[in-house]
Amino acid sequence: MYPTPERWLTLDGERWDVTSAGCSAAASCAEVRKTKSQYTSMNERSYMMLSTPAAGLLLLSAWIFPSNALYFHIGETEKKCFIEEIPDETMVIGKYRTQLWDKQTGSFLPATPGLGMHVEIKDPDTKIILSRQYGSDGRFTFTSHTPGEHQICLHSNSTKMALFAGGKLRVHLDIQVGEHTNNYPEIAAKDKLTELQLRVRQLLDQVEQIQKEQNYQRYREERFRMTSESTNQRVLWWSIAQTLILIVTGIWQMKHLKSFFEAKKLV
Amino acid sequence: MLSPALSSLLPLLLLRVAAVLATELTFELPDNEKQCFHEELEEGVRFDIDFQVIAGGNYDVDCFVTDPQSNVLYNEKKKQYDSFSHTTAMQGVYKVCFSNEFSSFTYKTVYLEFRHGDEEPLMPGMTRTTALTQLESSCVSIHEVLKVVADSQTWYRLREAHDRMKAEHLLERVTYWSVGETVLLFVIGIGQVMMLRSFFSDKKGSVAATT
Repeated sequence: MYPTPERWLTLDGERWDVTSAGCSAAASCAEVRKTKSQYTSMNERSYMMLSTPAAGLLLLSAWIFPSNALYFHIGETEKKCFIEEIPDETMVIGKYRTQLWDKQTGSFLPATPGLGMHVEIKDPDTKIILSRQYGSDGRFTFTSHTPGEHQICLHSNSTKMALFAGGKLRVHLDIQVGEHTNNYPEIAAKDKLTELQLRVRQLLDQVEQIQKEQNYQRYREERFRMTSESTNQRVLWWSIAQTLILIVTGIWQMKHLKSFFEAKKLV
Repeated sequence: MLSPALSSLLPLLLLRVAAVLATELTFELPDNEKQCFHEELEEGVRFDIDFQVIAGGNYDVDCFVTDPQSNVLYNEKKKQYDSFSHTTAMQGVYKVCFSNEFSSFTYKTVYLEFRHGDEEPLMPGMTRTTALTQLESSCVSIHEVLKVVADSQTWYRLREAHDRMKAEHLLERVTYWSVGETVLLFVIGIGQVMMLRSFFSDKKGSVAATT
């Protein structure tokens, strides 16, 4: 049974007045504040009970479950890879949800515990930057440090092999890159922005992403130019070298054969 | 009356309002295989599909789109890139499939963009139906233009990736071919002389015998 509120604090709408005597020391006051969510009057308690876990759950659902995402089917040991060509310092958030084919009902189960997906992310130098096992629903995020093609690979790592008798796994996938990863309601709440300020913040993020993409474009164009010039050089030098080899080989052949026939007294 | 925690969280309860914006995926399609993507859509929703083949063979792929009743909405063979739009007539699962079954040894890298629905509002309560101030409407138009810029950048990025892969492929082929040809040149040059010598060394014995 909870101690009655008056023993710890009196509730006055939004103000929490500490009336207990032992609040001179900071430590005890902190403890009182920490326990305020537990020891509230019945009216207030219902609000706190609803808002914190419910909002948390909603935030969680907004973050984890891609309810309206594209889905595809993969087999048991099949590995599906996706390529993301991104500039550097760009954040990528991927969310997935899996459903298993149930042979008895002939449909996909809404959620299957024990099912896991292994997510492996490689950077443009084929170095692994993330290699983790997630549950049947998961969210992975990474920030690129080098511009280029990053590879995101998923394969199932089921602990219950018998579940895969049907052989099909449905994976809902949603990958967001760059400014699409920003959670604007959260940013507005954290920085206390008005609507207009939030719009401007969104524009700033978009422009920043465009700028990063343009820098990346410059870097790629340079790579492309170097490849083309390298091809040009190679074609030029190898053609010259081959022509010379041809001429030298021809001359050597004739000299050698001439001396050979002379030795054989046929010429 | 409401605690500050709740009043800031209440808008979040209304968060699940509009549909998701777009999904972009770049994936590899091995030879002789088909890859399908499905999306559950409501009725009367407009969706756009853009795809491009970035790498592999002749840079072409088969693509077809079916509606929930398996009617084919779009079917093209060996396309390099294309765009397709449709407004859904019924609710259900729409399927986009790519097929590389005509190719026997090259894998293809395909870029797919699937857009559907309207863009979700930045924050709940910021719907277009409410009157916007001039500043806000300027922000909205700048946002739309920037989206066009970002799309155009994506298009150029893909084209550049395509051209760069072709150039790198060309460089590789030039290198291998040059080395191969040089080796062949040496082998043939020396081989010819050897063979010629071997013809005459047999006859030398017979010529010496007859004279």
